[in-house]
Amino acid sequence: MAQTAPARKDKFAFLDDERTQQQLLQFRDEALTHVVFLIPAIHCSSCLWLLENLHRLDPGVQQVQVNFTKKEAKIIYRHTATSMRKVAETLTAIGYEPYISLQDLKKPAKPSNRQLVYQLGVAGFCFANIMLLSFPEYFSRPGHMEGGMSVIFRYLNLALSLPVVFYSAQAFYLPAWKGLRHGFLNIDTPIVLAIFVTFIRSLADVLSGAGSGYFDSMTGIVLFMLIGRLLQEKTYQGLTFDRDYTAYFPIAITVIKNDTEIPTRLPEVRNGDSLLIHHEELVPADGILVRGKALIDYSFVTGESAPVLKQTGEIIYAGGRQLEGNMELLVIKEVAQSYLTSLWNRDDLREEQRPKASFIHLLGQYFSWVVLTIAAITALYWGIYDSSKIWPSVTAILIIACPCALLLAASFTNGHILRILSRHRLYLRNAQAIEGLAGTTHIVFDKTGTLTGKQSAVTEWHGRALSSSEKNAIAAVTAASQHPLSIQVRQYCGKPATHTIRRFSEQPGMGLQGWVNQMHIQLGSTTYTGAKEPGPVSSSIVQVNINGDHAGYFLIRHTYRNGIEQMLKTLQKNYRLSLISGDQPGEAGNLRKMMGRDAVLKFRQQAHDKLDYILQLRKQGEQVLMIGDGLNDAGALKQSNTGISLAENSNNFTPASNGILEAAQLHKLPAFIRLCKVNKRIILFSFVYSTAYNITGLFFAVQGRLSPLTAAILMPASSISIILLTYALSEWAGRKLLR
Amino acid sequence: MNVIILLLGASLAVALFFLASFIWSVKDGQYEDDFSPAHRILFEEETDKE
Repeated sequence: MAQTAPARKDKFAFLDDERTQQQLLQFRDEALTHVVFLIPAIHCSSCLWLLENLHRLDPGVQQVQVNFTKKEAKIIYRHTATSMRKVAETLTAIGYEPYISLQDLKKPAKPSNRQLVYQLGVAGFCFANIMLLSFPEYFSRPGHMEGGMSVIFRYLNLALSLPVVFYSAQAFYLPAWKGLRHGFLNIDTPIVLAIFVTFIRSLADVLSGAGSGYFDSMTGIVLFMLIGRLLQEKTYQGLTFDRDYTAYFPIAITVIKNDTEIPTRLPEVRNGDSLLIHHEELVPADGILVRGKALIDYSFVTGESAPVLKQTGEIIYAGGRQLEGNMELLVIKEVAQSYLTSLWNRDDLREEQRPKASFIHLLGQYFSWVVLTIAAITALYWGIYDSSKIWPSVTAILIIACPCALLLAASFTNGHILRILSRHRLYLRNAQAIEGLAGTTHIVFDKTGTLTGKQSAVTEWHGRALSSSEKNAIAAVTAASQHPLSIQVRQYCGKPATHTIRRFSEQPGMGLQGWVNQMHIQLGSTTYTGAKEPGPVSSSIVQVNINGDHAGYFLIRHTYRNGIEQMLKTLQKNYRLSLISGDQPGEAGNLRKMMGRDAVLKFRQQAHDKLDYILQLRKQGEQVLMIGDGLNDAGALKQSNTGISLAENSNNFTPASNGILEAAQLHKLPAFIRLCKVNKRIILFSFVYSTAYNITGLFFAVQGRLSPLTAAILMPASSISIILLTYALSEWAGRKLLR
Repeated sequence: MNVIILLLGASLAVALFFLASFIWSVKDGQYEDDFSPAHRILFEEETDKE
């Protein structure tokens, strides 16, 4: 695990502010305060032990309860004995720094998905009991059972079916009603119709004493459909799919007023305020640099990996990270108006585009029409020959031929595919994302952090051979600096044997120098060391002077992730490819070779350029899959049909997207897309298979001879076989495509 | 046959009890975190109270 740098002394000073506390805490009475902190560092059972024994370190803490899957700790403390700030500081001191961001200020109440679980529980209870009570009916001939008994059983069944119809099946009423209101016939509508018809028919049967009805089949199908829906809507705890910029911004910032530092909540920062930005802090608002050195890492906003040096008087945009000590900033644009945030608040992007309707719904519509036609013909037929049979035969048709099988096949297959994908570390937000991925025609990649890894830079030495004491000296000097390039060089040179450096100095954005063992080491840019430019190169260069003589230079190149070349080669056969990067076009030749002649390569793209490019592609009718990683891709990810953000590890924060993919698995993308396409085929196949059942049932139904027993056998047999079939087919496809 | 009615009532009562305990366990959040409780039980009981 990476050791975190010791936190700045006043980092959590803002937690002393009463109003900030009010918004973070969950509950407070005279003695106790309850607060929940997100702690991304939680990763093992020792973390659990350490955190839950926090009261040994801070006696004011009453109790800590860790939710491991959500990486959250609920802390109860006596605010008379300790404070929120002290608790946060104690946590930070033991390596579990709580992550408090601007998003926490407007925390929405979490909608819980438990309703579906309750509905499922009730349906399961009712179904099992109805089945039990129906057995005597299945196996006895008329008159076999004592008359009174069967009546009691039937009425009990009726009573048990009520919670299913009026509570459990609500999961289908709502989408059906919503669809109808929007003038769209979705798959839930015919299913609700079938549930109602079955219930009314059964009610009539029982009340008139004509039979026992189809309560068993009805509750059974509701149960199976609920299981499918739950499987499909399984959420990944600990993963968040809708982070916006507020999740990245700090909750408070230090404002300097009359030479005193006041921690101020971010929304209250006004134009003209003086902000003190500490080392490694994110700039939350656009401003002019007034004091201090600024080396800004804009990779968040632009994707450009090399830090930029800013002079006093220059504008620094929100989203940059300060890498060189403290600086003072005069705010010229408030947080809500800054360039980065304005990407989210663009008016033309406000309205949510309606997601494309799933093919299931269209198929369900055709299916419904066919069934209604058959029902009408049957009604007509019996109207001519034997009108007493109209009611039983027509209701039986509507019961047997509800597109439950289609919904069942779809939800179970989606659930299986989502699970298989998550096993390979692609976490899709929902089932619609599968279809979105399958329909992709154009794939857009980000470069830095997506095709190239963040950690996988390669350092090469060009120059005369270095002795081991020279290498050691370079390592010692670079160890004193936190600059990204210094870190790369140090990794190349190995662990320094000594840390004694005399007369060390570092010039931000230029280089550093120092004396180690009577040897003068100077590292830095070409202008800093006075070396010759080694010709046009795309990568970062660190020149080295030893004792005043130029020894050579380090070439630091970002390498592509594993298997990227092969992946791009496979993809360009079936999809149009684009690359939009915030970087300089240095790698263009290489990328062109990998992505093919027809690929569109765009460099020096700002966040809004990326977004506009996606919109333009969509206007041309493309189904865009965007793969990106940073906040600079967030707008583009949101506007594409399917946006997938890459995470280096599961602790990473990812911007809003339809899916999160572990970066090391990116090379499996072609297989992922193919699996999503297979998903549709499995659903169709299962559906065709189940219609065979429906036709068998229809054969009895049109003749008005569908006995409860036949229905009771057909229904579970059909449902269970669909469940098994979808499971087997998805697993098989998953194994074949993703090994 | 009255005994069957009696048994029916009993079996329904048992089933209802399980349904209720299921709903309670979901409401209690027992399915929210499947890692911590399993490990928490392994920790040493505290002896140095106060």
